[in-house]
Amino acid sequence: MKVSYAWLREWIEMPWDGALLGQRLTMAGIELESIEAVAPEFLDVRVAEILSAEKHPNAEKLRVCRVACGAGEPLQIVCGAPNARAGLKSALAVIGARLAGGLTIKAAKLRGVESAGMLCSARELGLAEDSQGILELPADAPAGVALATYLQLDDVVLDFNVTPNRGDALSILGIAREVAALSGKSVTGPAPRPVSAAHGDTLPVHLEAPAACPRFAGCVLRGIDNRVLTPIWISERLRRAGVRSISPVVDVTNYVMLELGQPMHAYDRAKLEGGIQVRFARDGESVRLLDARTVQVGSDVLLICDAAGPVGLAGIMGGERTAVSRETRDIFLEVAYFSPEVIIGRALRWGLATDASQRFERGVDPGGQERAVARAVQLIQSIAGGEAGPVIVTESERHRPQRPPVRLRRSRLSQLLGAQFDDARVEATLAGLGMGVEPLPGGWHVTAPSYRFDIAIEADLIEEVARIVGYEAIGEDDARGPERVRAQPESEPAEHAVLEVLAMRGYQEAVSYAFVDPGLQQQLFPDAAALALANPIASDLSVMRVSLWPGLLKAALENQRRQRERIRLFEHGARFEWRDGTTHEIDTLAGLACGPRWPEQWGVSAAMREPADFFDVKGDLQALFAALSPTASWRYEPQTRPCLHPGRSARLMRGDQPVGWLGALHPSLVRALEFVHAPILFELDWAALALDRPRYQEISRQPQVRRDIAFVVDEAVPLSRLLERVSLAASSLLRDLRVFDIYQGRGIEPGRKSIALGLIFQDFSRTLTDDDVARLVAAVVADLRESFNASIRE
Amino acid sequence: MQALTALVEQALAEVGGCTDLGALDATRVRWLGKKGALTEQLKSLGGLAAAERPAAGARINEAKARLQAAIEARREQLGREEIERALAAGRIDVTLPGRGEMRGGLHPVTKARLRIEALFRAAGFEVATGPEIEDDFHNFEALNFPPNHPARAMHDTFYFPGGKLLRTHTSPVQIRAMLERGAPIAIIAPGRVYRCDSDMTHSPMFHQVEGLKVDEGVSFANLKAILHGFLQAFFERDLAMRLRPSFFPFTEPSAEVDMSCVFCDGRGCRTCKYTGWLEIAGCGMVHPNVLTASGIDAERFSGYAFGAGIDRLAMLRYGVSDLRLFFESDLRFLEQFRTL
Repeated sequence: MKVSYAWLREWIEMPWDGALLGQRLTMAGIELESIEAVAPEFLDVRVAEILSAEKHPNAEKLRVCRVACGAGEPLQIVCGAPNARAGLKSALAVIGARLAGGLTIKAAKLRGVESAGMLCSARELGLAEDSQGILELPADAPAGVALATYLQLDDVVLDFNVTPNRGDALSILGIAREVAALSGKSVTGPAPRPVSAAHGDTLPVHLEAPAACPRFAGCVLRGIDNRVLTPIWISERLRRAGVRSISPVVDVTNYVMLELGQPMHAYDRAKLEGGIQVRFARDGESVRLLDARTVQVGSDVLLICDAAGPVGLAGIMGGERTAVSRETRDIFLEVAYFSPEVIIGRALRWGLATDASQRFERGVDPGGQERAVARAVQLIQSIAGGEAGPVIVTESERHRPQRPPVRLRRSRLSQLLGAQFDDARVEATLAGLGMGVEPLPGGWHVTAPSYRFDIAIEADLIEEVARIVGYEAIGEDDARGPERVRAQPESEPAEHAVLEVLAMRGYQEAVSYAFVDPGLQQQLFPDAAALALANPIASDLSVMRVSLWPGLLKAALENQRRQRERIRLFEHGARFEWRDGTTHEIDTLAGLACGPRWPEQWGVSAAMREPADFFDVKGDLQALFAALSPTASWRYEPQTRPCLHPGRSARLMRGDQPVGWLGALHPSLVRALEFVHAPILFELDWAALALDRPRYQEISRQPQVRRDIAFVVDEAVPLSRLLERVSLAASSLLRDLRVFDIYQGRGIEPGRKSIALGLIFQDFSRTLTDDDVARLVAAVVADLRESFNASIRE
Repeated sequence: MQALTALVEQALAEVGGCTDLGALDATRVRWLGKKGALTEQLKSLGGLAAAERPAAGARINEAKARLQAAIEARREQLGREEIERALAAGRIDVTLPGRGEMRGGLHPVTKARLRIEALFRAAGFEVATGPEIEDDFHNFEALNFPPNHPARAMHDTFYFPGGKLLRTHTSPVQIRAMLERGAPIAIIAPGRVYRCDSDMTHSPMFHQVEGLKVDEGVSFANLKAILHGFLQAFFERDLAMRLRPSFFPFTEPSAEVDMSCVFCDGRGCRTCKYTGWLEIAGCGMVHPNVLTASGIDAERFSGYAFGAGIDRLAMLRYGVSDLRLFFESDLRFLEQFRTL
């Protein structure tokens, strides 16, 4: 909401300059967004009168003017504007004048004729973005006076951000009322005389939906001249508020709306048929609007109609059929109150957010119609003449918004704010806001003025007191709470500790969007049902991720594009599944490794420069799991999903629960996505990362005995099953079991593999003898021979 | 006797000639071992007259002791020389990089979030979470947003067919926590939130932290104290805070929270647009309708709530100038934050 400081000063004796005003209102809840001068500075530009305008002897389009500019001889000015004519008052920049943008006026000769200055357009003065011809000032403008003085350009525009609860502040009057409450000054402002009817012409108004429109003031003006120019003081104020000047009638309706906050509409009386009806739309109705669009309206949209049908969307925009034009002679002014409930959300359906709808949906003063009509009639008559008929107010008293008194307790006020206030101060503050204040035992009954729509409960009044007194007047008070130790389950590891494990293994955390490219997701998870947004911000951010992998893969590709060869990324966030007709949000930890095993460095074996494979990432996961559980409670089952290499993927199990995936990206996707190195991916349910509390296991004091044996088995035998059998067969005396070599090749039959195991035995009570150990090893060998057709490699 | 003296001289000369510990040991065995020359001398005592034996034995033992001492001295010297040679040969360039994996790191927003959680935990708040896909009730209705209210339009909500939505703020966690736990309650709820808006300073996904405390007698003055304390602790500096009246449907009174600019201490700079203030959070006293919708007696209890952007806090804390950098997963950016 743009407020001209000069305009506001007409409504209240202003104790502050523009900057301080902005600061005071900001600290009272009406935030200043910007403050700007209304025009760029210019020097030595004066009001001047063109006495004569002759054709230039040597140029078709130029005129030679004699221009009077106060005292002294008239000046000879050459001007190219088509509207330069004798008798016109305009703006003259004399020699030495400086214009917006730093242009300095010098004496010049144009096609051989001397010119002692320049007649200026509004654009050249920085008063408009665009203009045609030189500035046209009213005939009564005093020649010789500085233009900046005449146009009151020594003014600033304050742009305020008014919150949606404060519709009452969307006017000069509303801002003046705030200033009054803060400063103790009174709101003054122009007081229009009541309209005196010069004729009896009226239009019958029928309120078919009185709850939606309980008040409607109408007035007919006859015999106006809408072709005259709007006075510069009005068009200047409109400009400063960001409103374009159109015609006297439209300009006045806008002016009164900006000044009083009451939107209004003028109809061409001659185009209205019969009386006015305010009713909800019927099915299938449409309205052709002022902006020449035709909109279909639903039955919750309030219409203004005449005998021939809709003439406008109530409170939003008028219709084309009855619009006022330059030729209009008679008008009908509508000044109504529409309930916010019937305006809210409607305008946006057609992308319309008009000044009127913005005010009606926040609440317009239901008691302000008469004043607005009187002000508008007075202004129109002063500009365009005409005779007014009687002002007819059609209303349903019963449906007028009520302002029941709200109880304010002294105790609640001080408790909620944590501060004490004198009764007198509370009463004066509320009264300064135009509220009725009636003392009660323990507090007050407070009645809000009709223009306030945001005072319904005690807390609303408490806020009013606090914001006018100033939030800075309330101190800071440390709360005293009970000293109580809160439960902190040890089974829930601290998030940062889990993330740190991956960080220490070289992974960098990333945060990617929860909505992803449906194409990529479909490529990775052809079977997954993804949730699609109804209004995505972009087509490649339109479905919720079913896995963190699409985001991580995209991030990896982008880093690869930035010439990163080695990439380790992880993310902690939700993935979204659509199952059993409902959404499931699963807290997830996922990661990706791509490129060389170790960062490039000196002195490491060639093997460490190879691209990371399944077992590198498995090693990282084992480190993570070891941080969570002293026992190996995680398992890797050979399983796959479409985006993974079928021979290099595993379902991660904790106990019997599937909790995640580990695998290499499918070679066809590696190629399709143009990865240089195949990424290895993992994904885990965060909930599975529970911490098993360690339990002390007794330590044996007896010596250990180690035996190394290499078994040859079919290559299809999974190591995990082999180890299970060894553990069972070797009895509880097996303390540790290590795999120190896996070999295939020369010396081993094709289709078989050699697995070298280190078996470490130990008893608690005695030293194991060679015989004891030989017996245990024999049992293991026999079992593996039986179970896997294993042979011993000598 | 002459022979013994000559033997000892010879042995000492051999010890002196040893240049490594192995040769020294061989020399020791040759002279003092079971079959060593001096040992043999002792064995030959049996052939002497009984009267001569003690004196001869004493001489031989003296000779042995002399030789042993010489061997020990030589051993020590050779040991020292060996270490010195090893030291001379074993010099490395200690400026070469260390071997192995390099550390990764946490995302700066995560770092800021964890820090915020720790500060509020220490102040007695618990960390609560809620779903990112929300319904209208928790995201709007229970928070006192009337249907179609202009305040809803300010939220640029992402919707799903069927009416569910992506939460536009972390405030629905307030409702869930109150419905679940009742009062008294003190929680913070950090998390991802979504708005249908993307430009230089807006990301369609970003992070907020919500705070809520409801108890008997909770006041606006308590709210001011906790917010100011938090900001001072998070930025580790003495900074000014001011509350400006504002409007949120779920608080009354409501306020925007400004803090003095952490780059210029309020003197005015580019970051604070020369105002000296940075808008950092929204807050207020929980609206009685919100307490009631959450099953809490609004007469008996009062509470405060606040919400701040974690991304913005992280930007200010780590000097990040562009919000979008957080979501581009550029390792050149992320790796700058790998400290603990």
